[in-house]
Amino acid sequence: MFGLEKKDARLLLLVAVLVAFAPFLLNPFPEGSAMAQFNAGYPDLMQRFVIFGIFAIGFNILFGLTGYLSFGHAAFLGVGSYAAVWMFKLLSMNVLPAIILAVAMSGLFALLIGYISLRRSGIYFSILTLAFAQMMFALAYSVLTPITGGETGLQLALDDPRILGTSQTAGGNIPVPGLFGLEMRDSAELVLGSWVFTFNVGYYFAAIVMLVSFYLSIRIFRSPFGMMLRAIKSNQQRLNYTGLNPKPYTLAAFVISGMYAGLAGALMASMDPLAGAERMFWTASGEVVLMTILGGVGTLIGPVLGAGAIKYMENIISKINSDILHGWFAFLPDGLEDFVVAIIYPFIGKGWHLTLGLIFMGVVIFLPGGLVEGGQRIAALFGRKKASDDDSGKSAKTEPAE
Amino acid sequence: MSKTNLTRRGVLKTGAVAGAGLAVPTYLSAASHSGFTNAPGDSSVTLGFNVPQTGPYADEGADELRAYELAVEHLNGGGDGGMMSTFSSKVLDGTGILGRKVEYVTGDTQTKSDAARASAKSMIEKDGAIMITGGSSSGVAVAVQALCQEAGVIFMAGLTHSNDTTGKDKRANGFRHFFNSYMSGAALAPVLANAYGTDRKAYHLTADYNWGYTTEEAVKSSTEAMGWETVAAVKTPLTQTDFSSYIAPVLQSGADTLVLNHYGGNMVNSLTNAVQFGLRDKQVNGKDFQIVVPLYSRLMAKGAGANVKGIFGSTNWHWSLQDEGSKAFVKSFGTKYGFPPSQAAHTCYVQTLLYADAVQRAGSFAPCAVAEALEGYEFDGLGNGKTLYRADDHQCFKDVLVVKGKENPTSEFDLLEIVEVTPVDQVTYAPDHPQFQGGALGTCNNGA
Repeated sequence: MFGLEKKDARLLLLVAVLVAFAPFLLNPFPEGSAMAQFNAGYPDLMQRFVIFGIFAIGFNILFGLTGYLSFGHAAFLGVGSYAAVWMFKLLSMNVLPAIILAVAMSGLFALLIGYISLRRSGIYFSILTLAFAQMMFALAYSVLTPITGGETGLQLALDDPRILGTSQTAGGNIPVPGLFGLEMRDSAELVLGSWVFTFNVGYYFAAIVMLVSFYLSIRIFRSPFGMMLRAIKSNQQRLNYTGLNPKPYTLAAFVISGMYAGLAGALMASMDPLAGAERMFWTASGEVVLMTILGGVGTLIGPVLGAGAIKYMENIISKINSDILHGWFAFLPDGLEDFVVAIIYPFIGKGWHLTLGLIFMGVVIFLPGGLVEGGQRIAALFGRKKASDDDSGKSAKTEPAE
Repeated sequence: MSKTNLTRRGVLKTGAVAGAGLAVPTYLSAASHSGFTNAPGDSSVTLGFNVPQTGPYADEGADELRAYELAVEHLNGGGDGGMMSTFSSKVLDGTGILGRKVEYVTGDTQTKSDAARASAKSMIEKDGAIMITGGSSSGVAVAVQALCQEAGVIFMAGLTHSNDTTGKDKRANGFRHFFNSYMSGAALAPVLANAYGTDRKAYHLTADYNWGYTTEEAVKSSTEAMGWETVAAVKTPLTQTDFSSYIAPVLQSGADTLVLNHYGGNMVNSLTNAVQFGLRDKQVNGKDFQIVVPLYSRLMAKGAGANVKGIFGSTNWHWSLQDEGSKAFVKSFGTKYGFPPSQAAHTCYVQTLLYADAVQRAGSFAPCAVAEALEGYEFDGLGNGKTLYRADDHQCFKDVLVVKGKENPTSEFDLLEIVEVTPVDQVTYAPDHPQFQGGALGTCNNGA
């Protein structure tokens, strides 16, 4: 299917099914139950899952294939967001021109920064990208306030020109981003007993974009170009000696992954038309590195899983407060209840970073291949009998690209 | 490595699946339309408290959260009722809001616009919050206010001092009780002229972001109207922790007054540096060198320690105020937590009460009805004297406190003394004042 090998096609199909049924899968607990706290099936978080999935997929093309660790990728995300919001302000609220401009702009920035940074490799490359990203953050935060809105962020206003659209709706409000009249924030709800499932236009739009990005990434992974990138990762010197110049390849990979980041930024702005400088801060760049490593560097699906895991922690674990904890353990005797709550409390709410850190350490130490390796180990555990049955001798284990 | 073998059947199949997938969301009709976003059920109503729990303003955030919890307790009839008994409006009776028990969800803004919006969105979409309140930074307040406007819920701003919140970034669904940069400047200028004379040369150090700019502009124009001269205004990065290199040029400039347009940790560090450099012991132009901090808070004064002694600034509210409302609030806050509330806690508590009261008076949770009830509403007994929620820009107009670092503090909370209560008329401005121009309220949004 789509020119993919059978295994990749299966993976793509699996991802497509998961993404299509995410509103069900992420809302396993009925409304109003104590476990509803862990439901993640609301539009904003689902959108974040797929958008950061795109960001991580793009980052993985650079980091997973060439081994170049960019510590400034959030800068391209920010550029994409600003470009998209400017498009909303000046042209129209349709998301397509915004996305096109955002991808082009971030590609341009990536070309410039990549051209300079890629003169070095290893830690020097990382530091250079970090420096560029911090420079761009500082510019966006204060010096370029007229263009970026500074600390407040770039927002839409009632008096924006919007040449191909209306400045304000009939009701006197700012119009919302949409795709030919289909508003991104529109949702439909399906109530089944005590379960409520929300289907959001923006989510499905972002999900389709994500599937296309995922498909493109598979094609890149399996192409001769991808092979060349892997060669750069395994031994750049050897490649030099064979008479090949690796720089055009790394630069191309850098620009592609920068464009992915710009695409993610544009989608973020499409779902929520505001671009803040914080999304260019170095912690945001670090986050995508974490996502990729947590999920599995160099694997196809890993970065998406990592992005989902981190966004889930950030949005769900961070919202549990001590009252909710007391509610959960109310059945315990008083002293014991306080004790249990006191033990768990540092790991929830504002302490979610601590939980994330522990999980990250666990994954790096015990599952160097990330969550993907964890999945493969579990699959191997259950799949062993079957494998010996059909005697194909084919291992279920796929090695992460190395 | 890649091969293309599209078959007619394959394409049709994929197309059908994709089409069905796309059609699902449009086929299902949007459920539960009640005229506005997140209409509450019959038994309870959920409010969203979105405060910084991590980051530079975590102290303020923690105090805000305490105030919110106290307000919810009082609305539900618990505790001693706090300011509900001194509030000029008597429609709140301790049975929640419109007979519904008040519940709440909390979130962490991290003092970042993105994180704050994500957190507010999850409150609206997941927890069904009918009103969002909180924030300890103007950037966050402006961002969340715009989000609430889009989503169709009411936003009751917490601590936000920038002119823009009710100036160029004002929104019909957003309301601010806290005072702003202009009011600080207008209240401070006469006091400064009295204390330091009218022929001063001022040097501004300004935090390099939105709030810093509006505060600098406000203080500059108010003091210049008094006859002061502004020698220079230098921007400092928000992340700066050591201000020595910015303090050194101050003395060479010939200025005799330093204005620190800094807040939070910035102010603590810059003031400490300035005092360490001995600025306050210097004589310039035959006058004692002076330092001014336009926006004060008790938490900042605590951080700067003895350095704040004798330094002028302005504040929205202080726990040592002796009116009935303030006394009642300080008492119930102190009983519950063991120390007096900060100005951030006060404004958040008041905003929650004002919202509940507006819903009760409007008889509906619909944002437009609530907004109408708040617009042009005059009230008293909430610690700031007579206050007006102006309809033109949703800004509260009330007396502003000019305070001074206390020379002999009696406790770790007793750090500021009130020098003057500037009457509301002196800090009132026209809605189209140059510092507030641009932007429009738009119309209120009930959402779906």
